[in-house]
Amino acid sequence: MVSEIYRESALKTWSSFKQNMPILLGMLLLISLFIKSVPKSLYSSVFTGNLVLDPFLGAVFGSITTGNPLNSYIIGGELLAQGIGMVAITAFILSWVTVGLVQLPAESLMLGKRFSLARNLVSFLTAIIAAILVVLTLGVLA
Amino acid sequence: MMKQKLLSKWTFFLIVFLSYLAAALADTNLVFSALYYTLNILWTIIPVILLVFGLIFVSNIILTPKRIVQHMGKGSGVKGWLIAMAGGILSSGPIYMWYPLLADLREKGMKHSLIAAFLYNRAVKIPMMPLMIYYFGWAFTLVLSFYMILFSIINGLIVGKLAEVRE
Repeated sequence: MVSEIYRESALKTWSSFKQNMPILLGMLLLISLFIKSVPKSLYSSVFTGNLVLDPFLGAVFGSITTGNPLNSYIIGGELLAQGIGMVAITAFILSWVTVGLVQLPAESLMLGKRFSLARNLVSFLTAIIAAILVVLTLGVLA
Repeated sequence: MMKQKLLSKWTFFLIVFLSYLAAALADTNLVFSALYYTLNILWTIIPVILLVFGLIFVSNIILTPKRIVQHMGKGSGVKGWLIAMAGGILSSGPIYMWYPLLADLREKGMKHSLIAAFLYNRAVKIPMMPLMIYYFGWAFTLVLSFYMILFSIINGLIVGKLAEVRE
């Protein structure tokens, strides 16, 4: 009885693996192609220091590109060193992890189109609001 | 239905393959560089992939639809939110690695709002905090983490409403 439960679970897991691997592999290839196509210098030429436009653009950049949070910290750190404002960097870091246009097709296939669109749209807007609130809070604390 | 689902997934893979072909026509070096980058990512995320499918295996054994509905379904209350948020914070690797597990849990009854909260909390990464502190300082790291957790609840509530409108 117990071995039957394990066998059934293994079969279900294998089925899930077969279904999801083409998407995951496609996703990785797409992200890599995108990251390699966008020159790093582009980031610093876009941000101008505008308090409204910068977080919006930061969220746009973070939404298109995606990946491990670690990469967003490193890119954010590099942008900070180049004089980009904190509000843009915060929006960039937040949307990097929470929004993903490149991975949207994969998310839609696995979690549903309506859910994925709603989640990405709301995450995009909250990344901008949260970025402004973070910088305002830091200003008050300082 | 299953056949159709598999077909659309391979269609997606085919589109990616064609994108690479198109890119190769323009710049062969770019394609090789992207492929090398993919191999590097694959190498680093293999443990996460194994972890995710290991968790799916375990969840198939212990997480019955009845239990999921009880802990993370409708009426799961604060406990459901806390489980989803902690899961999001503790999970590692790229966000898309977790889609299969979440899709599986959703089929068993997990609420949309909790899936959204889980995904939003993926932005809070405890093991990576030293790097964030190194670049941006303690104050920024703490304030950002606080807002990320707060907005994961707001995000979950809104997405939950929007996603469940037609269901």
